[in-house]
Amino acid sequence: MENILSILVFFPAVAGLLGFVVDKESARAYGITVAAIEFLLSLWLWFSFDTTNAGMQFVEMIPLIPDMGISYYLGADGISLFIILMTTLMTLVGMASMGETKNIKNMIVTLLFLEMTMVGVFVALDAIIFYLFWELSLVPMLYIIGAWGGPLRVYASIKFFLYTFTGSLIMLVGMLFVAYLYHSLTGVWSFAITDWYALILPVDYQLWLFAAFFIGFAIKVPMFPFHTWIPYAHGQAPTIGSVILAAVLLKMGTYGFVRFSLPMFPDASVMAITPIAVLSLIMVIYTAMIAYAQKDVKQVVAYSSVSHMGIIMLGLFAMNAEGLSGSVFQMLSHGIVSGALFMLVGMIYERRHTKLMSEFGGLAAVMPKFAIIFGIMLMAAVGLPLTIGFVGEFLVLLGFYQVSPMMTILAGTSIILGAVYMLRVMKFTFFGPLDKEENKKLKDLNARETWSLIPLVAIVIWLGVYPKPVLGPIDNSVNALLVFMDEKAITEEAKDMIKVSKTTKGGN
Amino acid sequence: MLEPINVSLESLNLITLAPMLIAIAGGLIILILDLINAKLDKTLYVMMTILVLFIDFGAVLGLNVNERGFFDVMLIDGISIISQLMIIGGSMIFIPLALTSKRFHEYSYPEFFALFLFMIAGFQFMVATDNLILIFVGLETASLSLYTLIALHNRANSYEAAVKYFTMGALAAGFFAMGSAVVYALTGSVELYKVAEVMATRMNETGLMIAIFGSSVLLLVAFSFKLSLFPFHTWAPDVYEGASAPLAGYMSVVPKIAAFVVSIRIFGMYIDLGVEWVRWTILIIAILTMTLANIMALVQDDVKRMLAYSSISHAGFIMAALALDTTEGNTAIFLYYALFMFTNLGAFAMLWISRHKKRRFNNRHDHPFEKFSGLVQIMPMGAVIMALFMLSLAGVPPFSVFWGKIYVMQAAVNAGYIWLAVIMGLNSAIAAYYYLKLIVYMFLMDPVKDVDTVYYNISKPLMAIIGLATLATVTAIFYVQPLISYLYYMISASGY
Repeated sequence: MENILSILVFFPAVAGLLGFVVDKESARAYGITVAAIEFLLSLWLWFSFDTTNAGMQFVEMIPLIPDMGISYYLGADGISLFIILMTTLMTLVGMASMGETKNIKNMIVTLLFLEMTMVGVFVALDAIIFYLFWELSLVPMLYIIGAWGGPLRVYASIKFFLYTFTGSLIMLVGMLFVAYLYHSLTGVWSFAITDWYALILPVDYQLWLFAAFFIGFAIKVPMFPFHTWIPYAHGQAPTIGSVILAAVLLKMGTYGFVRFSLPMFPDASVMAITPIAVLSLIMVIYTAMIAYAQKDVKQVVAYSSVSHMGIIMLGLFAMNAEGLSGSVFQMLSHGIVSGALFMLVGMIYERRHTKLMSEFGGLAAVMPKFAIIFGIMLMAAVGLPLTIGFVGEFLVLLGFYQVSPMMTILAGTSIILGAVYMLRVMKFTFFGPLDKEENKKLKDLNARETWSLIPLVAIVIWLGVYPKPVLGPIDNSVNALLVFMDEKAITEEAKDMIKVSKTTKGGN
Repeated sequence: MLEPINVSLESLNLITLAPMLIAIAGGLIILILDLINAKLDKTLYVMMTILVLFIDFGAVLGLNVNERGFFDVMLIDGISIISQLMIIGGSMIFIPLALTSKRFHEYSYPEFFALFLFMIAGFQFMVATDNLILIFVGLETASLSLYTLIALHNRANSYEAAVKYFTMGALAAGFFAMGSAVVYALTGSVELYKVAEVMATRMNETGLMIAIFGSSVLLLVAFSFKLSLFPFHTWAPDVYEGASAPLAGYMSVVPKIAAFVVSIRIFGMYIDLGVEWVRWTILIIAILTMTLANIMALVQDDVKRMLAYSSISHAGFIMAALALDTTEGNTAIFLYYALFMFTNLGAFAMLWISRHKKRRFNNRHDHPFEKFSGLVQIMPMGAVIMALFMLSLAGVPPFSVFWGKIYVMQAAVNAGYIWLAVIMGLNSAIAAYYYLKLIVYMFLMDPVKDVDTVYYNISKPLMAIIGLATLATVTAIFYVQPLISYLYYMISASGY
């Protein structure tokens, strides 16, 4: 099946359309089955993926609008492969763990459309197709937050939409300008990213274009100071919305940097290392401090998720194999861990209808399974060795140490800060006296909830202990990317900065 | 003694007149039918109109590109053919909207349909000539018919709208006449191709620049009225509100296509002559139009008024493409309207469905946002379709208007106006808010009590038209390529 990527993109969409016909009562089973098939398809993608090949695989190309150079152009490499896997996995797990939801059929259909757009973003190799899925992903998310969210849901959903939409329109102008440059140099219109890679641009053009793309991606990540939409989005979104948002949608931003900014503008990227590192550090430390001050468990998780996105950004701009691989790996681990944490918060919210830490205490006694899984995920978020969180974080810090030891030490404090606020959650929620009457009758996780979390726990530990199957292909593609950037860079500083290593070891 | 002038019939090339004559003859046939039997139903007139338009469409398709006829007054070039096709096509999807399930009295008059066909003939004359006098005649024929069509609607503010439009239109006609007079005084001709030749030789004369610029300003004012560009846009929301919903949608597309064709001919000439002032004036007007109309649209309470401002903003967007004066820019104008036509007419048709015959929704508005709150619970398909139209208008890919937007922006970037593309992008972002507002009302709010009116007017023909518009909106990605290559070919063939 050479066209498996197309199938991966359009299967959920077709299933979503057909889902309108499925009866309300069976909608959940339908959704889970479809998501499971999609996940199996993505596993198939992994198994038929040639891990020794660092380039694009499963490439499909159909010209759509040749006069404008737009074509339906898909492909996957080691970087996108695992993000696709994570996307389908988190959609499946999120759907499976979803509690009682009103209008469940609409939710399932929306999620399936969302899955199409998410997979589409990660497999698109044509800038316009990428933009298409990127923008389209806003619509289902708008609906999920707006229809199933908290009291401020409409405000939150519109803020989310407009923020991202504005940023991506600036990015669109950047894309159009790159296409124009490509046309003026070659005489051919093309929006294919692989064609664009061949462009060697003067540094001042690179800087402007880097800025245009940066606005689009940074809002999505969300980089400080463009992060103000995310507390609302997370605060108001239903559990499933937060899970998808944190696990997948934010990765679109960091993935965009890897796919567009780094290979297309290597010199500008090198020049941007310091400003971006400073912003990322502010993001890491500042949001960690905010997280510490929160009373609401979900907000703690939300801010910690933003804080960890800062680590990912730092790794992306380390310009060496450790940092970049670690960063891509951290995208996966962040997706799984923060997704799981949001699911856990959602489960306790369903039982108690509150997310305030002060309302809990001593839950470990009544909900042992919940406490254990929460504890594992928390430790993974903090970056405890032998969990998935450690591998990425360690590699990123190792990589960035070669750029700036000082900043790396500062970023390292984030791990300590992270431990502080996360352990605080642990302490107030699970330990201490079980003094609230309502908490004494709480039921532990039921089978559905347990079984949707177990796979995540397994992955957290498996990839924490033995990350090689995943790190290998990532390393391959990352090295190819670095070699490419190094060859393409025109300034000496950039050539010095971009470190091409021939061998990289993964993880512990 | 004067020599008799011999004109051979071949040299007149009367075939160039055929499309307009077909429309006029169709209008006359409808009037004669009414004389013979006064009790004929509106369905007959609607179908007759469609058939006449069908023949008209065929006649336009059969024309040869780049021909002149009728004492060289008629000019059949690429843009005149594509604009006529779009005018007729837009009219063909507009006219079945008369077949509502409730009876609206304007459609029971055969005069409505006759006037409609005369109006189309007027638009066709406007676009198929480069003679300022014939442009004027076509413009007035079309406008006078349009004023009447608006006034035929059964609301008190329809008369207000018609009179307002008439007054503004008369003023614009005055400006047009004065501008043409100055052009004639400068060059001794009203034929634009001769005007361009003469002006090109006189460009270096001292003191003449002010007269040339003056003529362009007068003409620009006239067309700013017609295209509802800032600061001459103030009539548009009131007129749209007073007109029936489909007619408002029609007005935001078809007359503007005709006016844009004339603008391309006139202002393209000025820009080609190297009068950069004209380009900058148009750019500034375009930017102000799209920005201010967007900001005004943000605060509207009524969906129809919101759509009115949104269509003003879209017109500003396209006007900026005109200022580029490149083949791509001109292609962008037609591509944008071709795509915008379906979506916008579809959105107005959705309002038309919800229109109650007598009752207003509240004292002030017919279509306030509250009317559509919770539409997804009352009419799920309708809400989804309306949301698709709104997303398309907001420029969310892959829906139709996005491809127009990206083409306009690409044309701006290619012409070196990157800042213009950025302004367009930011404006699209502002615009997204008010389109989203309707989506939020439809999907995220609960219905207001006693809303029986949201599908009051629905009928099979309306559903068919809305279905067609939805299809065109959703599948745009598949037909944009042939559309672009056809438009680009026709426009470059006519030298714009």
